[in-house]
Amino acid sequence: MPLRQGGVDTDQILPSKFLKLITRTGFEDALFADWRTDPTFVFNNPSYAGASILVAGPNFGIGSSREHAVWALMDYGFKVVVSSQFADIFRGNAGNAGLVAIDVDQKVIDRLLDAVEADPQLAVTVDLEACEISAGDIRSPFHIDDHTRARLLAGLDDIEITLTNVSEIEEFEAKRPSWRPSIHA
Amino acid sequence: MPRTLAEKIWDEHVIRHEADGPDLLHIDFHLVHEVSSPQAFDGLRLSGRKVRRTDLTIATEDHNVPTLNITETIADPISRAQIEALRANTKEFGIVLHPLGDRDQGIVHVIGPELGITQPGMTIVCGDSHTATHGAFGALAFGIGTSQVEHVLATQTLPQDRPKMMAVTVNGSLPDGVTAKDLVLNLIAHAGVGGGQGYIVEYRGQAIEELSMEGRMTVCNMSIEWGAKAGLVAPDQKTFDYLKGRQFAPSGAEWDKAVAHWKTLATEPGATFDKEIVLDASVMTPFVTWGTNPGQGVPLSGEVPRPEDFSNEQERAAAQKALAYMDLTPGTRMKDISVDTVFIGSCTNSRIEDLRSAAAVLTGQKISPGMRLLVVPGSVRVRLEAEAEGLDKVFIEAGGEWRGAGCSMCLGMNPDQLAPGERCASTSNRNFEGRQGKGGRTHLVSPQVAAATAITGRLTAPADLSSLTHA
Ligand code: SF4
Repeated sequence: MPLRQGGVDTDQILPSKFLKLITRTGFEDALFADWRTDPTFVFNNPSYAGASILVAGPNFGIGSSREHAVWALMDYGFKVVVSSQFADIFRGNAGNAGLVAIDVDQKVIDRLLDAVEADPQLAVTVDLEACEISAGDIRSPFHIDDHTRARLLAGLDDIEITLTNVSEIEEFEAKRPSWRPSIHA
Repeated sequence: MPRTLAEKIWDEHVIRHEADGPDLLHIDFHLVHEVSSPQAFDGLRLSGRKVRRTDLTIATEDHNVPTLNITETIADPISRAQIEALRANTKEFGIVLHPLGDRDQGIVHVIGPELGITQPGMTIVCGDSHTATHGAFGALAFGIGTSQVEHVLATQTLPQDRPKMMAVTVNGSLPDGVTAKDLVLNLIAHAGVGGGQGYIVEYRGQAIEELSMEGRMTVCNMSIEWGAKAGLVAPDQKTFDYLKGRQFAPSGAEWDKAVAHWKTLATEPGATFDKEIVLDASVMTPFVTWGTNPGQGVPLSGEVPRPEDFSNEQERAAAQKALAYMDLTPGTRMKDISVDTVFIGSCTNSRIEDLRSAAAVLTGQKISPGMRLLVVPGSVRVRLEAEAEGLDKVFIEAGGEWRGAGCSMCLGMNPDQLAPGERCASTSNRNFEGRQGKGGRTHLVSPQVAAATAITGRLTAPADLSSLTHA
């Protein structure tokens, strides 16, 4: 799915009225809900139905920290978002929730957008093992940090990993200065 | 090696350092609100985990709450369900909650400093992107997503990659009538909405030192609006004076120890930043946004830009889209733009100093016929303080509405919203499409400009009012 626009903020990806849900799923209809009321918006183009890769302009996911924006993209069926620059919190949320967010050069983005707009059926492949994205005769390496990549591939639970260090956490907490705030003291 | 303020705080909180992975950081304090937490508590329940440090966690209700009739049941059933989920979750997991009606309820970024929880040298997180507000005290504070909220609840830690460091040095003094909000809107227009991506930013220089704590909070609050992970200011005597005597600030000998430590935190001479932006405060003027992101701003004395003026194709396309959404014609003088509603509030500008400065402009004045003016204090304590000073009367006598504490019209999650096409001058931090209600049009401004705009019905600087009356 090609989304040419840059600076797509999370208030557009998931408008705030849908933030009221207390579940982690069920956000598919909320994704870009306001923009989808415009019949010319790319999400209303049936040629892209079922797309699992979103190719977007730079500065994707700016604004609010809502992880709901990532859940909505996943609920809609996206597995990967490609951009030349992601907002930091969005990138972190994607990694934690299991959405693959990969960085490629804006020149490659432009070529991908052109290609996918010209041929909506063109298959785009993202190879997380080889860190390579390809579509037709376009082929480019992409960047994703090793740690996130390893976790996406192995499906590891971050909290579980952290808790293997519980004795170090305890040691650290024991040294916390007594003047730092604590609300039960 | 000489280190920056942020590097010192970071180093002091590393529990475990991995050569090829993120550092595991201890989190000194975790602030929780109703929107980003329910799924995190669900996660804890599913995995049978507890909240590790309930003594380092506090919750409040702010995003969904109505600011009128606060003693009645919340009318919107989905908002009510979210509030009720927070009440049930905090009860089940043993977390202190300041609910609607409580003396300490308010916007999460207003109550932290007010209670004295926000202190220099701390790591503070919240499932909210404006958490950098707390950086005004020299704390390393940043927003996180719901998975990370769950992580911090369960472990009081967070794995984090070390960001790059940037300095924003603002030399000179702000002219009279130019505020912290104008300063930060200037900066964002200069740097662009992605300019801070990947950085922790230290704000420094004469203009920053001269800001009050409230002003520093306004600047740090908007760090995320240009993409920065966090923004902070070195603690100084103003910081200590603000904190002294607050509920959770240390006292007696503990206070002295704390201050001694806080004084060691400042960036050392010779410490290097990966990037620096230098601005001159003395040439700044009141600033206002015309578009649909916080970087699309111009001086209030300026005009709506022409898309052709942007050299970059992305920016040109963005400007075109923004102008269509905002229903503005290029070349229009900003001061000729009429406004339907003025909102004074949000975690950017709802503190006592903000309300005082707006009230000073509105004293003895009436708002323009048909204008809707909403004044929403950031917390119950701010509300009570303002009422003790009689500020509520100033707003009401001018024709405005004085409300209860909450996020209110900063975002369209509670009853305070813009109607489609309605144009608002707002002291909040985001002018994204539909942010204040579907189809609503937002111009970001300072509290003083907001107040002056309410009087004339057009975007106006307070200085223009006196020339109007003197003429
Ligand atoms: S006032 Fe606005 S920006 Fe601040 S926490 Fe509330 S919704 Fe977020």
